[in-house]
Amino acid sequence: MRRIAKLAANPVMIALVASLAIAGCASKKSPNNAADLGLGGAGAATPGSAQDFTVNIGDRIFFDTDSTSIRADAQQTLARQAQWLNKYSQYSIVVEGHADERGTREYNLALGARRAAATRDYLAGQGVNAGRIKTISYGKERPVAVCDDISCWSQNRRAVTTLGGAGS
Amino acid sequence: MKKLLKTLIMAAALAGGIGGFAVVPANALVEIDVNKGTIEPLPIAITDFLAGDALGAEISSIVTADLRRSGLFAPIDKGAFIEKISNPDVAPRFDDWKVINAQALVTGRVSKEADGRIRAEYRLWDTFAGQQLSGEQFFANDTNTRRVAHIIADAIYERLTGEKGYFDTRVVYIDESGAKNARKKRLAIMDQDGANARFLSDGKSIVLTPRFSPNRQEITYMSYESGQPKVYLLQIETGQRELVGNFPGMTFAPRFSPDGQKVIMSLLRDDGNSNIFAMDLRSRNTTRLTNSTAIDTSPSYSPDGSQVVFTSDRGGRAQIYLMGADGSGQNRISFGDGVYSTPVWSPRGDLIAFTKQSGGEFQIGVMRTDGSGERILSSGFQQEGPTWAPNGRVLMFFRDSPGGGGPKLFSIDLTGRNEQPIPTANYGSDPAWSPLLE
Repeated sequence: MRRIAKLAANPVMIALVASLAIAGCASKKSPNNAADLGLGGAGAATPGSAQDFTVNIGDRIFFDTDSTSIRADAQQTLARQAQWLNKYSQYSIVVEGHADERGTREYNLALGARRAAATRDYLAGQGVNAGRIKTISYGKERPVAVCDDISCWSQNRRAVTTLGGAGS
Repeated sequence: MKKLLKTLIMAAALAGGIGGFAVVPANALVEIDVNKGTIEPLPIAITDFLAGDALGAEISSIVTADLRRSGLFAPIDKGAFIEKISNPDVAPRFDDWKVINAQALVTGRVSKEADGRIRAEYRLWDTFAGQQLSGEQFFANDTNTRRVAHIIADAIYERLTGEKGYFDTRVVYIDESGAKNARKKRLAIMDQDGANARFLSDGKSIVLTPRFSPNRQEITYMSYESGQPKVYLLQIETGQRELVGNFPGMTFAPRFSPDGQKVIMSLLRDDGNSNIFAMDLRSRNTTRLTNSTAIDTSPSYSPDGSQVVFTSDRGGRAQIYLMGADGSGQNRISFGDGVYSTPVWSPRGDLIAFTKQSGGEFQIGVMRTDGSGERILSSGFQQEGPTWAPNGRVLMFFRDSPGGGGPKLFSIDLTGRNEQPIPTANYGSDPAWSPLLE
């Protein structure tokens, strides 16, 4: 009863559920990215392009606090990334590891590095040649979300797969 | 800059050079006891140095600011002064100073020499004993008046507390500007009171964690300039830079050994963990100190070089560990309720400063070198990275407050009661205190 009341009080949540349902009818793909939610111009991205990777596949995964475990949602994203990267094998990639601000600077450099390595290893486990993957840690130096609570910190604890250019 | 430093004279204690006075050894007027509940600051009168121009008042105000910020002295407002000092070579009217409760009195003179140098002399008086405690004179290039004042403040601090001062020092730090998600970070250096700040890097690459050499005008720091984050050395005077070591992965968290001959740092392993290595700067030999499937970082030597304190999450969460300088005998020493990191060994050898995360707050604290006697000096939303003043009595750190903005620098003494903001033009982080200048 309480859950229903909470949902009803949140129009954003209702809208999200509705668009998920529509996406579910329109395509069999995982609804875990912007395009499937009807939020991005999926049709505009050329298959195999960097935009295709970012928009349709999803270039980042998120972590729990002080954790380097690949969460279930992240496993789905990385599986899609691996599939895409195996199809478009001309790309080398750099996996950036990031931490939120709730740690000290040096420790978070190490934590970001460990997240990047965990992401690299997962992709390699999905068949992506490890020789194509470089890693770098930015610690907590490059937040994407800026506020003073967990709504931002949870977005900053991330690993971002960036395409390092074709042909290498 | 080097030339400036070298030619700044360190001149000689006067020892009778200015008129006939005796240096009377006396007990310190200020006792520093960090475990005492409160420290009653010593009332001190610092008169304007006699001069033909505004220099006398400037020297006096810098000395006053240094001593006040230490928390150990309570400089008396000049408006309360009764006697006007017209000749610093003769004894003041002690009764005039006792009546305003000035337990110590500073008088002095500053003048320009024929060769353009500045000559500054001071005398420190114990008004209740009716005695001169010390008197010295210094010469400096005219670009260096602030240093002369800091040297005088150090001499007064040392004479009255029995401890070395820390005012003639500098701080290297990261100047931060711009929005939080697009922040520019530059190496910068300034005097310990925030004056004379200048940049040491151009801001094109992220730079982090600068640390002073204990005995050279040199820092070690981490930079992204090559793409992959690496530890570098920078000669402050010449701007010459050098990569430290030739390691395949990220190197970070550097710090010098107490003799300045080694850099100890973390090296990223291929498995994503980080271990601690030391590199001898002469032989270029590297020594592995830890070999764990964990994050081992933020190493800091004991002042005698025989031990290293560091952060490790080998037990699950980050805690502070101790080991021999050869990596032997690795033992956890932090057992409080929280996550511990950034241990830094005091130059006195007696304490380790750290950052602790507990109850949603970040704290700056100290513990004895066996982990006992933990004391939290400061708590806040986000603060970290303590660095010791060379006398081991004061820490500097950086704090980010909620509501946007960015980090700022603060100092705090070991009682935890005297916190002072350090003025910087922009945001500031990662302060590292220099040794006393020479």
